[in-house]
Formats: sequence, structure tokens, C-alpha cells
Amino acid sequence: MLRFFLTKVGLIVPTFIGVTLLAFALIRLVPGDPVELLAGERGIDPERHAAMRAELGLDKPLLVQYGIYISNVLQGDLGRSIVTKEPVLNEFLTLFPATIELSVCAIIIAMLVGLPVGILAAVRRGSIFDYASMGVSLTGYSMPIFWWALLLILTFSVNLGWTPVSGRVSALYWFDTVTGFMLIDSFLSGEEGAFGSAVRHLILPSIALGTIPMAVIARMTRSSMLEVMHEDYIRTARAKGLPRFRIIVLHALRNALIPVITVIGLAVGVLFAGAILTETIFAWPGVGKWLVESVRRRDYPVLQGGVLLVASVVMLVNLTVDLLYGLINPRIRHAR
Amino acid sequence: MPASQTEAAAVATAEDANSGMAAPPHPLVEFWGYFTSSRGAVIGLVVICVLAILAIFADVIAPLAPDEQFRDSFLVPPAWVEGGSMRFILGTDDIGRDILSRIIHGARVSMSIGTLVVTVSLALGIALGLIAGYARGVTEVIIMRMMDIMLALPSLLLAIVIVAILGPSLVNAAMAVVIVAMPHYVRLTRAAVITEMSKDYVTASRVNGAGPFRLMIVQVLPNCMAPLIVQATLGFSTAVLDLAALGFLGMGAQPPTPEWGTMLANALQFIQRAWWVVSFPGLAILVTVLAFNLMGDGLRDALDPKLKR
Repeated sequence: MLRFFLTKVGLIVPTFIGVTLLAFALIRLVPGDPVELLAGERGIDPERHAAMRAELGLDKPLLVQYGIYISNVLQGDLGRSIVTKEPVLNEFLTLFPATIELSVCAIIIAMLVGLPVGILAAVRRGSIFDYASMGVSLTGYSMPIFWWALLLILTFSVNLGWTPVSGRVSALYWFDTVTGFMLIDSFLSGEEGAFGSAVRHLILPSIALGTIPMAVIARMTRSSMLEVMHEDYIRTARAKGLPRFRIIVLHALRNALIPVITVIGLAVGVLFAGAILTETIFAWPGVGKWLVESVRRRDYPVLQGGVLLVASVVMLVNLTVDLLYGLINPRIRHAR
Repeated sequence: MPASQTEAAAVATAEDANSGMAAPPHPLVEFWGYFTSSRGAVIGLVVICVLAILAIFADVIAPLAPDEQFRDSFLVPPAWVEGGSMRFILGTDDIGRDILSRIIHGARVSMSIGTLVVTVSLALGIALGLIAGYARGVTEVIIMRMMDIMLALPSLLLAIVIVAILGPSLVNAAMAVVIVAMPHYVRLTRAAVITEMSKDYVTASRVNGAGPFRLMIVQVLPNCMAPLIVQATLGFSTAVLDLAALGFLGMGAQPPTPEWGTMLANALQFIQRAWWVVSFPGLAILVTVLAFNLMGDGLRDALDPKLKR
């Protein structure tokens, strides 16, 4: 197990270094140099320009610059936003809970719908339900989610008036940020209606973001269940006369879920790509919207730091999934 | 030579006659049989053909020019809705352009850029994958680590970073999507090449004196194509989706290009009074992506030997 653990962790180090190189290169590949970016559109006189270059360390050799960058990154210094002058790491940490909250709700909705649909489709293979649900999930899988989000707003916010269009909680409520998770904070605040408002704000973005994972989970659960249902031990269980429900839930599902769990874990990259679009449409103050705005405002330090942080989070989650997978499935652990 | 060939053919026919078995169908015929046995795959293929025709003959088929503004007809609803007219079947947008014509011309943008993206990323991916799988050692490690770095970032974020560096335009968005899509092809090619390299026919060819180039392109590559064809089909749908997403974010095709995602970029502000501006471009994206996914699934079933029974 230790060997498996160390190999997996060892593999991530070069990838992390590569991502820092990418982030480091980013700000240098952008047209115009960083000093001009900082100076803005008014321009800057040559003397001050040279002084600022020296101040930012841009007159040193590239390798030295990279060394400085890495040592800063490892100390948690990711630079400051050009627009707000705030440290990039602080901004990220303020906005990240909103993205986590949205993603977790999306994946919960995806599992609550995807798993039962997948199981039922496999059990009733070839039935109308099977065809219909797989057709729907292929459609969900092909959905441009920015359009899907617009349709949801059109139906539930504009036509039915059930849900608000944007933000995390109604402006009527004001309470302190404790955890950064609006559902928890609004609940703790004790203000009447605040929690309900937070839920209503969360529901449409979660559905929009959860649609593609939902489709993937339903399809994966179905095919994985179908595979397991043909195994000998299922036939044995059936021959013993066990009830069908018991066979499906206790015997088949347990093994069928292993690949599904991996798919759910690895969906974090997909979720994040979706969060960029979902947050932009619903004006959800999370990391995705922040990054899109950083491009629009040409706030490159934010983009640079954000890319590094997001990539690190994705890599860490994937690593955790890999390790957990090894833990529950010894065959992976010992495979060479 | 011809004599021995006829002889061999004669022997073959004799054997067929002896065993009483018909000759096996041509591989392409067999493939077509598998492919058409899936209704979804056929529907996907038909839709793709229709889209291709729309894209090629957009100038002839589209009732109006995609960027012609009718100043007396802002936000006209579709023909079947009260207040609509047969002149603008799917209605007009906020500056009086015919939505149907823009969607038909949008097919041209999406299909041509999609084809370009898939071709270039496939070619680059195959080249790098062949090199990695053939050379092994340090070259392989460097190439595959680079692909891992690109896969560590969520695809859309990587595309956004590339567009941020290059500047927003349709061509730059296409380049970004090429780079984002490439690692998948590299991985697939490398894996397939490594499997093939250990087979006897490769050794035989090498013994016959085939150089590395001939070995790779003529011998190994054709045997690696099945998973690549499937991935390329599915990759087309991803390319269309990513390009539309970038367009929607204002980082892809710039107005007034009739690109489906770009058409949706400002749609949110009309959502309360003009649902048709929001609905139809997205529907076009969905239908296109769905068609390629259906065909990709069908191709996978037809080409995957594990599923053949």
C-alpha cells in the first residue's frame, strides 16, 4: 500500500511543476509586458518603467525569475490583483466556498437522480424505461449547459416565477460570513426565510451544473450493473432463492458502484469547466466567474494564480480518488 | 506471379466449396452491418449529412443574408406565434436579423471549424503519440508528462487561458480547442502503438528491413485507427461545444459572425421578452452535438472487437 501511495504521489510532482511553469509562462506570453499592464492605459515614462521592471524582478534571468516565483508560490504568495490590489490567494479563498457549495449540490443532485435511473434501466433492460432514460441521458450529456441554464431561467424564473435569477441569497437578508457556505451561514443566522432564500438561489445553478454528471452517472451505472449482473455469483445468489431486491441492492450494486465512484471522483474537472459557465450565467460569486472576469479585465495575476490553484485542487482531488480506489479495490493496488 | 495468384485463388475457392461456407463478407460490409444495426447511429449520420448540406449550401438555402438588418422588424416572433410573419420563420433578433438564416450560416461556421479542429488535433495527436509509443524512454516521458499537465487543467479553463494569451477570435478559439483536444489523441495513439509494437507482423516487417517511418505509418498506424476514429467523432461534438462555450463567453467568434454560441452571448437580456432569441441557437448546438455523440457510440459498437459477438 505504501509503495502504491508513494508512486501515485511521486507522479503528481512533475505535473505540478509543469503547471507552475505554465502559470509562470502565462504572464510573460501575454502581449505587452507586465509593467505596461500595471501602468494601465495612460502609459508610463521610461525611467519609471525600468525602475518597476527591477522592482518586479523582470530584469533578472528567466531561471532566477522562475526560482523567485516558485519560492513565492510555496509561501502562499500568488501576487496581487491589478484591479482590486488584493492578494490573489485571499480572493480565491473568499470565493472558493461558493464554488464548492454549488459543485457539491450539483453532484448530490446528479447522484440522487443518476444512480436510481441507471440501476432501474439495467434491471429493466430493453424496456421502454431503459430506452427513454438512456435517450434522455445522452441528450443531457450533449447539452450545452450555458443554453440549458438559460432555458431553466426562462422556464422557472421568468415564466413560473419560482426561483430568483442570480446571486446566492436575497439582498433582504444580511448576516455574517461564518463558513462561506451560504446554506450553513443562512441557517446559523437564524433570520427567518434566509435559509429558504439560499436554497431557492442554489437550486437552478445546481441542476444546470449537475446535468452532465447526472447523465454520465446514469450511463455508467447502467453499463456497470449490466456487466455485474452476468457474473456467476449473481447466478448463485439467484439459485439460492434470494429475493430479487436483495440481489440487486446487496450483491450487484456493491461491485457495480466501484467504477461509478471513480467516475464521480474524476468528474471534478468537468464540474469546474461547467462551473465557469454556470457561475457566469447565474452571477454566482465563485471562482469560475472570477476567472472569466479576470480575462475580461486583463487582470493577469488573478488568471495566473487562479489557474495554478484550480489545477492544484483538481490534481489533489484526482489523487485522492486514485488512492481511495486503490484502497477499496486491491486489484488496482497490486497491478504493475 | 499471376500464375501463383490464380492458383491460390483456385485453392481458396475449392476450400470454400469443400467446407460449404460462404466467403466472409468484406470488412467494410461487415462494419456497415454493425453500424446500421444501431438506429441511433443511423439517425446521427443522417443529421450530420443534413448539417453538412446546410453548411455547404448555406448561401442558397438560407432565405436571407445572415447579417442583413431589417430596421422595421426588431424581435419579431416566430411565424407560428401571434405577431410573427412567414418572412422570418424563426423570428428576428434585437437588431432585426433573421434567426433562421443566422442558424443556417452558423452550421457553416461550426461544421467547418469543427472539422478543422478535429483534423489538426488528430494529426498532431497521432504524430506525438506515434513518436512517444515508438521511441519510448525519455522522449515518451517528456511527451506524456506534457499531456498530463494539459489534462490537469479543466478543458474550458485551459482554452480560456490560451485565448487570454492569443486574444479573442474564432481562429484563436479554434487553436485553443485544438490544444485542449490533443492530449486525448496522443494517449490513445501511444497506448495502441505500444500494444501493436509487440505483435509478430511488426517484427516481421522490421526483419524485412522496413525503416521506422514505414513501420509506423504503413504498418502500425492503420491498426490503431479504430479507437481514434471513435474518439475523433466524439471529439467533434466536444469541439462544437467548446467553441460555442467560448463564443458565449465572448472569447470565441466575435459579433456579427453568426456563430451559435456567440448568438447566445447577449441572449440573457432578452429572456423576458423574446424566448426565440434564446431557444433556437442552443437547439442547433444540442442537435449537432447529439448527432455526433450518437454516431460516435454507433461507431464504437461497430469497431470495438470486444462487443462483437
